[in-house]
Amino acid sequence: MMQTLPPTDTDTVRRIVADLKGRPGPLIEILHAIQAALGYVPEGAVPVVAEGLNLSRAEVHGVVTFYHYFRRSPPGKHIVSLCQAEACQSMGAEGLTSHAKHHLGVDFHETTSDGQFSLEPVYCLGNCACSPAAMVNGRLYGRLTPERFDALIAERGLKK
Amino acid sequence: MTVTVYVPRDSSALSLGAGEVAQAISKEASARGIEMRLVRNGSRGAYWLEPLVEVVTASGRVAYGPVTPADVPSLFAADFLNGGQHPLSLGLTDAMSWFASQQRLTFARVGIVDPTSVADYVANDGYQGLRRALSMTPQAIVQAVLDSGLRGRGGAAFPTGIKWKTVLDQPAGQKYVTCNADEGDSGTFSDRMLMEGDPLALVEGMTIAGIAVGATQGYIYLRAEYPHAYRALNHAIAAAYQARYLGSDVMGSGKRFDLEVRLGAGAYVCGEETSMLESLEGKRGEIRVRPPLPAIKGLFGQPTIVNNVMTLGTVPTILHKGAEFYKDFGMGKSRGTLPIQLAGNIKRGGLVERAFGVTLRELLYDYGGGSATGRPIRTVQVGGPLGAYIPASQFDVAIDYEALTAIGALLGHGGIVVFDDTVDMAKMARYAMEFCAVESCGKCTPCRIGSTRGVEVIDRILNGVESERNVQLLEDLCETMLQGSLCGLGGMTPFPVQSALKHFRDDFRARTRH
Ligand SMILES: Cc1cc2nc3c(=O)[nH]c(=O)nc-3n(C[C@H](O)[C@H](O)[C@H](O)COP(=O)(O)O)c2cc1C
Ligand code: SF4
Ligand code: FES
Repeated sequence: MMQTLPPTDTDTVRRIVADLKGRPGPLIEILHAIQAALGYVPEGAVPVVAEGLNLSRAEVHGVVTFYHYFRRSPPGKHIVSLCQAEACQSMGAEGLTSHAKHHLGVDFHETTSDGQFSLEPVYCLGNCACSPAAMVNGRLYGRLTPERFDALIAERGLKK
Repeated sequence: MTVTVYVPRDSSALSLGAGEVAQAISKEASARGIEMRLVRNGSRGAYWLEPLVEVVTASGRVAYGPVTPADVPSLFAADFLNGGQHPLSLGLTDAMSWFASQQRLTFARVGIVDPTSVADYVANDGYQGLRRALSMTPQAIVQAVLDSGLRGRGGAAFPTGIKWKTVLDQPAGQKYVTCNADEGDSGTFSDRMLMEGDPLALVEGMTIAGIAVGATQGYIYLRAEYPHAYRALNHAIAAAYQARYLGSDVMGSGKRFDLEVRLGAGAYVCGEETSMLESLEGKRGEIRVRPPLPAIKGLFGQPTIVNNVMTLGTVPTILHKGAEFYKDFGMGKSRGTLPIQLAGNIKRGGLVERAFGVTLRELLYDYGGGSATGRPIRTVQVGGPLGAYIPASQFDVAIDYEALTAIGALLGHGGIVVFDDTVDMAKMARYAMEFCAVESCGKCTPCRIGSTRGVEVIDRILNGVESERNVQLLEDLCETMLQGSLCGLGGMTPFPVQSALKHFRDDFRARTRH
């Protein structure tokens, strides 16, 4: 069954579509704007966008699911993305990743039970001369150690 | 006179605390009642020294690094604002051998200028190339790019002038210039550094491209993982519009060029140019079958230039200094300079721009100083996740498209990822297959299914299940992917796998795992 959006969110999505639909090839721009406003792209936004752009729901759904960046469920308050790519692997990303999973008590694509932290894999942040790297809410970190990881989580208030 | 202090706003420098250092310096200066001008520059690219603080003195810029906020009071006490001695003193930045031996053309301004200032850009040779281009015929601009020998820096190394000529030769009508700023390869960050540290160079390069082929609209396709570059580009574009270097009357020429940034959404395959065009159109990033070439039918079906950030960022220098000047650097069919990125397990990682012909060994040991861990370097992966692993016995190879091809490797976007002797090459091969499976656009079976099979086969080898037979199976699978894939993702994933098998066969012996 199609999940419906709360009316305020529907209004937000409608407004975004109205603002951006005149631009060339607007769908991805619209999805970015929805995610920026709501934190994710809810299933219920798909028909609203489809209607606004005169596309089928399947087409919009196909685009949402193609891109790793678009989330289909609400994230935690903080999004922690750990780089898994080669340069970071060469500097111990694997160990850091297991530490992070253990420390937060979640696996990739999961959110801590207090709703504070979502853990995501990412494939290169362009910080490969300062590996291993991570990004927290758009802020980049380099040369991470388990201790520095714990500290940056503690700053943001992990309840343990 | 007010002293000028530089603290980078480059995102890697920020990742190491440059923001906190800048704050600490401002705070300490006001506490001491000292007036100074704080400029947030790009990074000079010596990342092991970041945060690198520079002060302008009578004899030049003096560097200190790596600086932490805790060092700031002692820097003031040592009178660093007048170039005073301090344990973190590095002397004159330009005299440091790491910089002095580089040949920075594309990166001439990165780390030097204030990336937010058009005036600073213009004061440092900015917009000289566009000025020259506006006095030339479109054919002459394209000829200059052709004569310079510039080849695409995004990976395929196709001659840029030929691509431009194809677009120029299409009948007049809506044409586009698109910049591929998807920079998805692990071990690469030169595009990011330029976009953050000298974004106007890219803006100027794209404007020249537009003037050359008669395109009035440009798009920069930027990966979503680069929020800092996004801000820097938007800031630079707004400033360029304000100063009338963009818009309906570029430098008073009566010619129009508009430019905007579009964000990707975390798909590696969207770095492939036809996938990028689909994504720019707002669609799934599925690869298009060629022909037609993007130069003939590209964005929204119109003739389109697709070039990498480094390619376009080098164009202003070529137009300003001339094709001959640029062509004089380099070797063989690899002309000019390459911004090379030293990444991973390397002591002195960062950006080294040198003429083609420098050897891997010079890069790894003279610039890089060996591994970060101090252990022997066992292998390097050049050219991103689709590039081959090169064993230490081949480190004398020159950085040159043809020389690397000759040893079964590739240069790609010029990233070098270093691994010490603890690396497990079967694991790296497995990762290559896994990455392909995660990022496949799904259009062809060898890539979509083959990569998943590849992971399973490597797991069986490592678990000691019919190892010999499974190694053979892995080799066959690589061959199938090579032959039967529509694009480089499926078609080149075999390179790291095959090179690992070839040079590090022992790593593929069965092991028991607990
Ligand atoms: C899977 C795949 C990923 C690619 N990723 C990028 C990229 O991130 N940036 C880039 O400039 N080129 C990338 N390329 C190469 C582009 O297809 C294209 O050759 C390039 O953008 C053309 O610009 P250039 O001629 O200036 O190099 C990729 C190719 C493949 C097959
Ligand atoms: S090789 Fe892979 S990524 Fe490339 S077109 Fe085929 S399925 Fe898509
Ligand atoms: S590989 Fe991790 S930041 Fe590039």
